[in-house]
Amino acid sequence: MGTQTGIGASVKRKEDKRFIIGKGRYLDDISRPGQTYGYFIRSPHAHAKITSLDSTAALKAPGVVAVLTGPDMQADGIGPLICGWGITSKDGTPHKAPAHPALAIGRVRYVGHQVALVVAETLQQARDAAELVEIEYEELDHVIEVGDALAAGAPQIHDDVPGNLSFDWELGDRAKTDGAISAAHHVTRMKLRNNRLIPNAMEPRAALGDYDSGTDEITLYTTSQNPHVHRLVLSAFNAVAPEHKLRVIAPDVGGGFGSKIFIYSEETVCAWATKKLNRPIKWTAERSESFLSDAHGRDHETFAEMAFDANGKILGLKVSTKANVGCYLSTFASAVPTYLYGTLLSGQYTIPAIYCEVQAGFTNTAPVDAYRGAGRPEATYVVERMIEIGAREMGIDPAEIRKRNFIAPDAYPYETPVIMTYDSGNYALAMDKALEAIDYSGFAARKAQSQTKGKLRGIGFSAFIEACGIAPSAAVGSLGAGVGLWESAQVRFNPTGSVTVFTGSHSHGQGHETTFAQIISDQLGVPIDQVEISHGDTGKVPFGMGTYGSRSLAVGGSAIMKAIDKIVEKSKKIAAHTLEASVEDIEHSGGVFKVAGTDKQMTMAEIAFSAYVPHNYPADVEPGMDETAFYDPLNFTFPAGTHIAEVEIDPDTGTTEILDWVAVDDFGNVINPMIVEGQVHGGIAQGIGQALLENCVYDKESGQLLTGSYMDYCMPRADDLPTFRVQTINTPCKTNPLGVKGCGEAGAISAPAALMNAITNALGKEIDMPATPEKVWRAAQGL
Amino acid sequence: MYHFEYQRPATLDEAVALLKEDCKLLAGGQTLLPTMKQRLAQPEMLVDLGAIETLRGVCPDDDKLAIGAMTTHAEVASKADIPALACLAAGIGDPQVRNRGTIGGSVANNDPAADYPAAVLGLNAQITTNKRVIAADDFFVDLFETALEENEIIINVTFPRPQAAAYVKFDNPASRYAIVGVFVAKTGGGVRVAVTGAGPCVFRHKDLETALTSNFSAQSVDTVTVSATGLNNDLHASAEYRANLIKVLTKRAVAQIGG
Repeated sequence: MGTQTGIGASVKRKEDKRFIIGKGRYLDDISRPGQTYGYFIRSPHAHAKITSLDSTAALKAPGVVAVLTGPDMQADGIGPLICGWGITSKDGTPHKAPAHPALAIGRVRYVGHQVALVVAETLQQARDAAELVEIEYEELDHVIEVGDALAAGAPQIHDDVPGNLSFDWELGDRAKTDGAISAAHHVTRMKLRNNRLIPNAMEPRAALGDYDSGTDEITLYTTSQNPHVHRLVLSAFNAVAPEHKLRVIAPDVGGGFGSKIFIYSEETVCAWATKKLNRPIKWTAERSESFLSDAHGRDHETFAEMAFDANGKILGLKVSTKANVGCYLSTFASAVPTYLYGTLLSGQYTIPAIYCEVQAGFTNTAPVDAYRGAGRPEATYVVERMIEIGAREMGIDPAEIRKRNFIAPDAYPYETPVIMTYDSGNYALAMDKALEAIDYSGFAARKAQSQTKGKLRGIGFSAFIEACGIAPSAAVGSLGAGVGLWESAQVRFNPTGSVTVFTGSHSHGQGHETTFAQIISDQLGVPIDQVEISHGDTGKVPFGMGTYGSRSLAVGGSAIMKAIDKIVEKSKKIAAHTLEASVEDIEHSGGVFKVAGTDKQMTMAEIAFSAYVPHNYPADVEPGMDETAFYDPLNFTFPAGTHIAEVEIDPDTGTTEILDWVAVDDFGNVINPMIVEGQVHGGIAQGIGQALLENCVYDKESGQLLTGSYMDYCMPRADDLPTFRVQTINTPCKTNPLGVKGCGEAGAISAPAALMNAITNALGKEIDMPATPEKVWRAAQGL
Repeated sequence: MYHFEYQRPATLDEAVALLKEDCKLLAGGQTLLPTMKQRLAQPEMLVDLGAIETLRGVCPDDDKLAIGAMTTHAEVASKADIPALACLAAGIGDPQVRNRGTIGGSVANNDPAADYPAAVLGLNAQITTNKRVIAADDFFVDLFETALEENEIIINVTFPRPQAAAYVKFDNPASRYAIVGVFVAKTGGGVRVAVTGAGPCVFRHKDLETALTSNFSAQSVDTVTVSATGLNNDLHASAEYRANLIKVLTKRAVAQIGG
């Protein structure tokens, strides 16, 4: 097919026109006739008993339709929110996931906890009435940090979870790793803090429940990365409605970064309440509600030991992590610090012995769950900080020590000690290209030049790996997942030759409407403007597991390829019949079906027309050209690469300026290089945000969220960032038909370690993220 | 936002006549309106000064520069012919804030991390109200507190021209307010050093002023001990770090001026 719109072409994003001209339709743009507005009353306390709740006055206020509470939901048989991944502790017991009612029952456990919903004719009326709901609390002791929560004598957050411990999980070979450490030439030991983050998607979460009493169907519009998963959970576990009477629509969604995977209280309440009140109900989060109640990310306290021989060859890695999961286990919270974390601790290296243990502790903070990278940034941070520090301690060049440990390009499939089997990669190639691009050999001279200006220059590496394309259903099932992680696609030709693709992946910024259309254009020769990608509506798309973990192209794209295979197979039969040849003689390429060795051919458009107007048609072939496929991946995919950051620090103020950033990433085959580059830019920006600027802080004394607005929570801005120099190398993935690996999270996974390695290289001292000016100043001044 | 009454008088006299208890003056609204939206402020009435033309504009004179209270930061940035002041105004907030926010609103609010108070105090400006003229040294009283009385409206702020001046600030990375901002001015009456962001209220650093008046150089700043006592200590910066920034930024301001 023409290279203009096929695989490998930087096609401009088809979806951007509507966003640019203001015709995007986000959730708050949607309204339904007779709509009411919901306002959530939230806990002002970190931990308290609700001793009374009186809505008498509120119910008399103008416009108020209802005040709904946790006990109301319970009385209607609405089940609590769930955690969809079961983790087994070292002692064989299942994780503890205390009941999480969508509206609090009797007790609140964090500031922002949903206590009641006020429904009124206008939002203003709902807010006014909320102030009339009289709630009395009896405050209880609270705990914010996971280390404190897991210590003896900590306040008990759940009566049925002794010591606030959800699970104590392990992976790998403890004895072998201990042996490697005790026999090692050198052991690097470090405490590492992976700071807590707040996601901050541009569009805040929102929900609009719309019940149709005629059909008894609930339509829930919500900001979801996975509308079918929302429907499944709301139906099967929360009993809001049977699956066939619940339609979930996630329209244009303005960013997710993981935070819109989860099934939250607010949409559960809106879906239930619309039927109870027989009125549409809309709730749109204010930004401060997003800060308080979107699932936060990261928040690990880790102690790691990396053992080396005299040449810098890694002999073992032992990691002990305390993960803060907040006050309840969110939808996938248990998988993030376990199977998305411990399994990546081999990095790009041959490490003979690895052991990882993770204690997950409840605290009086918002639930913590997947955030761009989810577990893998935490793993990369541990591995890449430890090898860098080890190199410094042993006096080995940081690039060289990595090269001595890289898995060789001919060693695939490579099985790690932490249950992953890497299919492909070429780590030294990415490193060499990155070294060349950053002019590593010129660094010493640049550093000397900075010194003459009184500045400290540093360079830092991160050779990251991640597991994407989540995931083979049988594999994740054996590890505790409550769902299968396949994807579906339906490719429907219209009689006139245009195509609609229905995909279970969900685009909330990723550009699927372009990338997926390029696959169709490439494989079936359809002009790209004749391809429509439909997603985000359980009423249209057959089924789907959604978008997270850089899985859309590797899994959703592969499902499209499978559906294309079916289209081709059927088309060959039709072509063979029409062209009076045998099916075996029909050759297909880019939407042209040819009788081998002749000039007889049919185009895809002609075949599609024939399928809908089957006047001259094979007897054993069904009319129509509409194929659905489900694809279950054979393995994870393993994008990897090297990022190098170069910084200059002003020791008088502690300001860090990022001077240069090189990223050489292996994403396998690339469908749209421009979109990939954009994804890498966004990921690096978020990673730099984590390392330099972002930090979620609760006040330990009061339990209040101190960083509850942009006045105090620092998002990265354009002027904080350098020009990124991004390249890819392309070692095709061996386990999916497109040979793709996924690129959405790479930047966020790689960047924090690269930047912290650069900053600590400049300082000659270790500090934790975020590297705020004061922290850097103190280190630079030796304070 | 709660319900409130809204008035937009055309003259200063009408505005004064409207003032009553639980009433707030609305200038650019860059602090007041977000506070009201969050239901943290509940005025019964807003008196919008936006229609009073006499409160707007930059009026240069040989030895001074008068700026109307309702002049936006963007106008000051583009029209004020005291470069340090124009530069300060250009660094406030973002373009939206600079095109709505006003100098009068800023000094009346006296946010401890706002930029303008540093210029007003550093340049020894005078604040003219409908009742009197207040010297900068007497104007800024404490955290969000000024010498303004009830029913007093700022008409303009008049800046004497300095021999030279510079403002250097260290942004809070999140809000981009000043963690510390230092305004250094060489004036006929000696060197003035005004510090914003560091304490509960903008203040003059007398030791730095004395040192710089006798020897206007970065080395001179090094001889001064800047105490952390009484400085702000928060999520973003400790008092000790702020004390360091006062010194570093003063040196940079001195270097900008050419000391």
